[in-house]
Amino acid sequence: MGDVEMAEAHEEVVDTTDSSEYVEFWIDLFLGRKGHEYFCDVDTDYITDRFNLINLQKTVNKFTQVIQYIVDELDDTILEQMSSARLEQLENDARKLYGLIHARYIITVKGLQKMLQKYRDADFGRCPRVYCNFQPLLPVGLHDIPGIDCVKLYCPCCEDLYIPKSSRHNSIDGAYFGTSFPGMFLQAFPEMVPKHPVKRYVPKIFGFELHKQAQLARWQELQRQNLEEKLVGRGIDLSGYGGFKK
Amino acid sequence: MSEFIGDNSHTGSSDESGTYDEWIPSFCSRFGHEYFCQVPTEFIEDDFNMTGLAQEVPHYRKALDLVLDLEAMSDEEDPDNDQPVSRSIIEHAAEQLYGLVHARYILTKPGLQAMAEKFDHKEFGTCPRYYCAGMQMLPCGLHDSLGKNTVRLYCPSCQDLYIPQSSRHLCLEGAFWGTSFPGVFLKHFKELEDYVDRKAKETYDLRVFGFRINDEAPSGSRMRWLRQYPATEDEQREYEQCEFRIPSL
Repeated sequence: MGDVEMAEAHEEVVDTTDSSEYVEFWIDLFLGRKGHEYFCDVDTDYITDRFNLINLQKTVNKFTQVIQYIVDELDDTILEQMSSARLEQLENDARKLYGLIHARYIITVKGLQKMLQKYRDADFGRCPRVYCNFQPLLPVGLHDIPGIDCVKLYCPCCEDLYIPKSSRHNSIDGAYFGTSFPGMFLQAFPEMVPKHPVKRYVPKIFGFELHKQAQLARWQELQRQNLEEKLVGRGIDLSGYGGFKK
Repeated sequence: MSEFIGDNSHTGSSDESGTYDEWIPSFCSRFGHEYFCQVPTEFIEDDFNMTGLAQEVPHYRKALDLVLDLEAMSDEEDPDNDQPVSRSIIEHAAEQLYGLVHARYILTKPGLQAMAEKFDHKEFGTCPRYYCAGMQMLPCGLHDSLGKNTVRLYCPSCQDLYIPQSSRHLCLEGAFWGTSFPGVFLKHFKELEDYVDRKAKETYDLRVFGFRINDEAPSGSRMRWLRQYPATEDEQREYEQCEFRIPSL
């Protein structure tokens, strides 16, 4: 239903370019902003469904107005009456609320699909680790409460967390993606779990490995072999996705 | 042509020599060359330090003269060379030569000191891994010969290799830092290893609504070993057994 409305409205925009009434949707504007490349577009009917907004009411003032503002249903007369400070507040609230709804949306079936497309396009960047071979990353928050920490990137290959390369991504709140997203994503699309590289680096001097580092690497390799043996013993197939790449 | 202009301004009037561009400082200050330190000309002038480089770099003499700002003189000394080589080829050879000398110089005491200064100023960048908390990295090559690999960055904290963040460092030749540099650096500055040992060793577990994912799932933990350190007594014993080889299971 909402999609149909959106599509119609889009056509309207195309048809009447000179009318200022439908200049651009708030969500499209938000997504087009520099640094917002990690966000996917949340369906308007998901945003307007009250069930999905449970416990979000207290996060912003004038909750209903903010929701209306996000889905572009707020009357222009109300907007015109607002002071510039209030408008700025409304815009900030809308961004925050959209982020929090986004965190919920991306772990739904539809949201996961949209994020899958972004993951395939490597919109979240690629792992900087040499042996991960440019593995696409997934965004993740370390907290579900906004205002604590910024977004991090999870590499499904080395199972580690990285800081976004660009500073404009470093200012995005981690709560807008949530702590559960990569886990949900890889559970939903197990075929997206890459093979894990076994290769690693040990510093060498003129070809000779540094003893301490090499000893640790050997011990770590032993842990890996133990894990592999345990998993194979439980009848898990490690030749496909989620296995080790030797 | 430009060589002669450059030379004239150099020898013609001594007070103008301040404006004359010396090759090494201008090479090191070039955009994208932030990882290079300046090799003193005395080091390059010492033939001992240049052993074997004549075979690796084409137009070795001319390239060396260019690096040492002696270009015009060699033209006079080399009258039998009737085929003039284009300046860009010499320039390229000079860059290769400087890079290879640089790889040797940074393993010497003053070279390590110069690199330590750059390390302290985070000029090689910081580790992108979240739990390394902005540890400085060291440049490193995967091969000691030219044309094999570009430069990589070694993080002493997670002991892993990373690709430079900025695209301007992606095309730098790895052999210009060499394979031994991080190892020699770690062994020379022991306090760095001590600092890393004292650092908190945090790792990340994938969770869904606070619950860890079962090891048997395809997305279950498979790489924990990569960031693992012996913690319990049993693990410590196991670690000691790993001194020279991996004990058979």
